[in-house]
Amino acid sequence: MAYSVTTQTPASRITAILGVILIVVLLALPFFAGRGTIQDMFFILTMLVLAQLWNLLAGYGGLVSIGQQAFVGMGAYALFGTVILWGFDPVPSILFAGVAALVIAVPTAFFAFRLNGAYFAIGTWVIAEVVRLLVAQWKTLGGGTGTSLPRDATRDMWFVETIENTLGVRSAAARDILAYWLALILALATIGGIYWLLRTRRGLALAAVRDNTEAAKSVGVDAGRMKWIVFLSSAFGTGLAGGLIYMQKARISPDAAFSVTDWTAYVIFIVVIGGIGTVEGPIIGVLVFFALQSLLADFGSWYLMTLGVLAIVIMLVAPRGLWGLLSERTGLHLFPIRRRLSGGKLTTSEE
Amino acid sequence: MIWVDTIIQGILLGGLYALFAAGLSLVFGVMRLVNLAHGDLIVMGAYLILVLVTLLGLSPFVAVFVAMPLMFGLGWALQRFLLNRTLGDDILPPLLVTFGLSIALQNALLEGFSADSQRLPTNALTTASVEIGSITLGVMPLLTFASAVLVIVGLNQLFYRTEIGRAFRATSDDATTASLMGIKPANIFATATGIALVIVTIAALYLGLRANFDPNIGPARLIYAFEAVIIGGLGSLWGTLFGGIIIGVAQTVGAAINPEWQILAGHLAFLIVLLVRPRGLFPRAND
Repeated sequence: MAYSVTTQTPASRITAILGVILIVVLLALPFFAGRGTIQDMFFILTMLVLAQLWNLLAGYGGLVSIGQQAFVGMGAYALFGTVILWGFDPVPSILFAGVAALVIAVPTAFFAFRLNGAYFAIGTWVIAEVVRLLVAQWKTLGGGTGTSLPRDATRDMWFVETIENTLGVRSAAARDILAYWLALILALATIGGIYWLLRTRRGLALAAVRDNTEAAKSVGVDAGRMKWIVFLSSAFGTGLAGGLIYMQKARISPDAAFSVTDWTAYVIFIVVIGGIGTVEGPIIGVLVFFALQSLLADFGSWYLMTLGVLAIVIMLVAPRGLWGLLSERTGLHLFPIRRRLSGGKLTTSEE
Repeated sequence: MIWVDTIIQGILLGGLYALFAAGLSLVFGVMRLVNLAHGDLIVMGAYLILVLVTLLGLSPFVAVFVAMPLMFGLGWALQRFLLNRTLGDDILPPLLVTFGLSIALQNALLEGFSADSQRLPTNALTTASVEIGSITLGVMPLLTFASAVLVIVGLNQLFYRTEIGRAFRATSDDATTASLMGIKPANIFATATGIALVIVTIAALYLGLRANFDPNIGPARLIYAFEAVIIGGLGSLWGTLFGGIIIGVAQTVGAAINPEWQILAGHLAFLIVLLVRPRGLFPRAND
């Protein structure tokens, strides 16, 4: 009888079916939800993208970056640059945002990979600061005070008129809906892409490098190349998200676009609370994060303090986060990557 | 002549950065821990001195000696009860716990002291200057630099001449074997962090006397400290002083060309060193 190697579990099959239903509901959301809900969902989805990408870096690649704001900010500024200086439409400019982040990721990786572990973390932070200070010198895009997207560029944006007519909403609401759909596509592509990567040979190599670099090298894994692949793809995705976030905001300044709190601290807390090193973790984390924000946002610094303390407690008590706790208790894996051997009976050579 | 002046000011500023960095260097040297809350602890030290000055009417130079044992106790407890639990082969827990601590501390200070800039009260001494030839040097920068040199001499003496220093080195080399010799690594680590926070208190005094501070400036101090440590080479305390000087000189020269380039010039100097000598100028440790 034949043996087979599977990664699917009954839970993952149910997840796939529920996932398809959820995606259909989310796609149709603008037809029945109000503008506030759409804006909240845009925030959740973009934070989810950033969290998944940071999780890919830190949780799977072992590269703890505190410099993700470099790619968010660079992507955002690249979008504003192509729109304001070259007169491009904002929607295709999002691709430039990703490419610009990719372009600065190459020298960033070149420098940061010279530093190990914890020093890598601060190294990425320094480089993000350098990028912020350089961008603040860019006078055509408002220098240190920032700038806005031109009114006609946002008004004549691709698809906006169609959405206005189809859904019967005003132009501003139509722009939010467009941004929401793009965020949904980006989030699905990010989760899908990461899950696909983890199930390929490269994913196996990545897990091997994370668990034991030396052992992975000894069986022929090119650890250095895996680090580059993970770092660059994460930068590209983060740049896309940065471009999209600031296309929706339509107003930018270096301090906001390169904010370490907004684009890295929150993201780290989401991943740590949800569960580092799993695809499910950031999804749980972003929901908890959003709930906490809705409850505590009025308390300003108390909110951030709570997040900081919560992250410390979770790291000490349950280093695998909320999803890790659940998964350990129930053995549940919604996005399984573990390969399991099944089928046939064990036979010995005497038979 | 203006350039000589600029460079000397830069060297003296480097003393401040070396003070920021010495505590970071010590903790890394003993337990390979990078404390991302280091900058925020410096800012917290400055607020502690400010509170002592305001409540007890002390001079900042006296208040710093009251603050030192308090900060030692805090560092000891922080290490013993929180950070020791994160040490291990995995780099994620110490990084993420100290990052959480950094954010929590920053916002606690923000809640307690508001976002307004503060400054420690200055007197005639802090604004005085001395003339050497045609160059005018502030007494404060000179005092800062002298303190940095003293701290580094002191730490070197502690490391290589005392029993606790021997325990530090032994634990750093091999914690398991050291514990067979009757050393308790958990307590050694706690003492090291305590001493690091005493140095942080000294750094905080000069931070508060020389410029305004507010709860948000911690991360930038961490970055300067980190750059000084890396430029100097891990494990070398004199290297750390030299690294601080390089950052200081780069910043004052950058600022002399264009005030907007001050911070950027410091970071670029760091990146250049990283490019040419990835292990720093005076590397000692192998990791």
